[in-house]
Amino acid sequence: MTSPHEQKKRRINGTVVVTANRLGDGAVVYRTMDDDWTTDIASAAVVAAPAAAALLQRAEADGIRAVGPYIAPVELAHDQRVLPGNLRERIRVAGPTFVLPGTGQECARYAEATLALPGAA
Amino acid sequence: MYRYDELDQALVDQRVAEFRDQVRRRLVGELTEDEFKLLRLLNGVYLQLHAYMLRVAIPYGTLSSEQLRMLGHVARRYDRGYGHFTTRQNIQFNWIKLEEMPDTLADLAKVGLHGMQTSGNCVRNITTDQWAGVAADEIEDPRIWAEVLRQHCTLHPEFTFLPRKFKIAISAAAHDRAAVKVHDIGLRLIRNGAGDVGFEVLVGGGLGRTPFIGKTIKPFLAKRDFLSYIEAILRVYNQYGRRDNIYKARIKILVHELGAEKFADEVEKEWNEIREGDLRLDPAVVEEVSARFVYPAYENLGDNPPELARARKEDRSFAAWLDNSVANHKQPGYAIVTLSLKPTGGPPGDATAQQMDAIAELADRYSFGEIRVGHEQNLVLPHVAQRDLPQLWQRLEALELATPNVGLVSDIIACPGLDYCSLANARSIPVAQELTQRFRDHALARTIGRLHINISGCINACGHHHVGHIGILGVEKNGEEFYQITLGGRADENAELGTLLGPAVRYGEVADVIEDVVAAYVELRERPEELFIDTVKRLGVEPFKERVYAAR
Repeated sequence: MTSPHEQKKRRINGTVVVTANRLGDGAVVYRTMDDDWTTDIASAAVVAAPAAAALLQRAEADGIRAVGPYIAPVELAHDQRVLPGNLRERIRVAGPTFVLPGTGQECARYAEATLALPGAA
Repeated sequence: MYRYDELDQALVDQRVAEFRDQVRRRLVGELTEDEFKLLRLLNGVYLQLHAYMLRVAIPYGTLSSEQLRMLGHVARRYDRGYGHFTTRQNIQFNWIKLEEMPDTLADLAKVGLHGMQTSGNCVRNITTDQWAGVAADEIEDPRIWAEVLRQHCTLHPEFTFLPRKFKIAISAAAHDRAAVKVHDIGLRLIRNGAGDVGFEVLVGGGLGRTPFIGKTIKPFLAKRDFLSYIEAILRVYNQYGRRDNIYKARIKILVHELGAEKFADEVEKEWNEIREGDLRLDPAVVEEVSARFVYPAYENLGDNPPELARARKEDRSFAAWLDNSVANHKQPGYAIVTLSLKPTGGPPGDATAQQMDAIAELADRYSFGEIRVGHEQNLVLPHVAQRDLPQLWQRLEALELATPNVGLVSDIIACPGLDYCSLANARSIPVAQELTQRFRDHALARTIGRLHINISGCINACGHHHVGHIGILGVEKNGEEFYQITLGGRADENAELGTLLGPAVRYGEVADVIEDVVAAYVELRERPEELFIDTVKRLGVEPFKERVYAAR
């Protein structure tokens, strides 16, 4: 829930991923272990914070496929699923937290993501 | 409506071709993101949380039905079927792919729309009263002056890379509906003692991290000096504005640090150098711009026709809407109709593609093909014959565009907040949605009276929280959303900044707190006619604070 600019300044401990927006359409993407990008957080490279710097550095060098990479916190669910670590990142994974105009239904991905988070609203 | 000429169209078309090439070069890696960011921001393209966002200018808030249909087309073809009207007479599309941005802009250009001056450190889209040209209390149409200024500054090389963004608003009525006092430059068309019409010039207003109410530096500016004086202000700003610190780069900081008097002296010096030069406005130029504004061929009609009187008598819902959403027009027999984009439970300011198409059709049928956009994030049909109001109301009801809450507690201004915006710290839209649910009884809302709630999801204040009668500002504390509440702000001719009520409250408590504030007002007001804002002015925030925090 903090802007990338602020997040860059902040020391993030614990388990993290490197995330960015895909150049062509702006979709949220995550850096993978084999230095590719994925839209599926479950396929992201999940590393301890100290190891994230190298992952981020390689992501930053990839200026064509994704824009504005930064380190974001994640949590591991009981079943080891990777879940975004704060509200901002949950919204990036799941979309706006309300019914989008004209669609008549809440974003299904949001409902799933919030239900998966212990203590989430 | 203003009819663009061939030069305007050529400019917009050329810009699309130029941007198409820039996007192509970015996608193949010939431009870095740092290089490209500057270029996309010249065309209203932002990168937000989930996607790119395109902000399209609606100069002085005037749209033709053809343009609104095109906005509907863009929403449907390139976005997810809706758009968001902003607090500065723009519309934002939240989900457009960069790959499709050139085609989107090319479609918009077919009807003279574009994203120029909606982002970057330039003179932004010049805004005005959404009732311009039709308001009963107006001196003259302020859009003519907005258009003169737009033509002057759109590609002005000196003003394309200012220290920071620069916002100008113009109003011509006694009641300020354009929030001119919280703009970098605010212009009020006024009549002086000799009966001449000119401008009161205010400078250094603004919201954001460091809010200020604008100061009058020229009580009366003659029309012929309109461009030269504004140019002088911008030059002084360009010369002395803080480029080294983004938080101190707006003109309001410069005016504050120099003092309004000293700043005015600097402007005067600069102005004296240029006032008799090329920028001295030839009335023929203004006349030429004015002639391109086409006004409707009104019929000779009388006020309060029998159809209207009958419908008012027969249908209480219609009467409630009429009293709330319909205003006096300067032309007898006509009315100004506000279309609330604040349905109960809906995101403030959003309209679906279907609604845009339908509104365009209603504008053709009932409002000479014209629509207006107001900074309160509602739309307006500016020229409706009073005899047509009952029919129009039925059509609007079916489209969920006749919520009778204009100017009332559920007519909430809200920024996109953390649900879309990469700068936000907290959500705005769900807070607004919950409040509209709490205050969904419009009859009760009428008894509460005029009350503006403004919500921003961060300190940048796109939701104008400082000048809400009740302002709500989202902040982050230890990873959790909290909200600061202010009372007593207002954006009109008596503009003031709100006063902090007390400690910030959690997301889940906001609606309860606002209900408590409103309940306290109802108890504290001297009589039912005393507005919320007047009660706060009379008593200060303390009695409200006691009520809200005693229970927590």
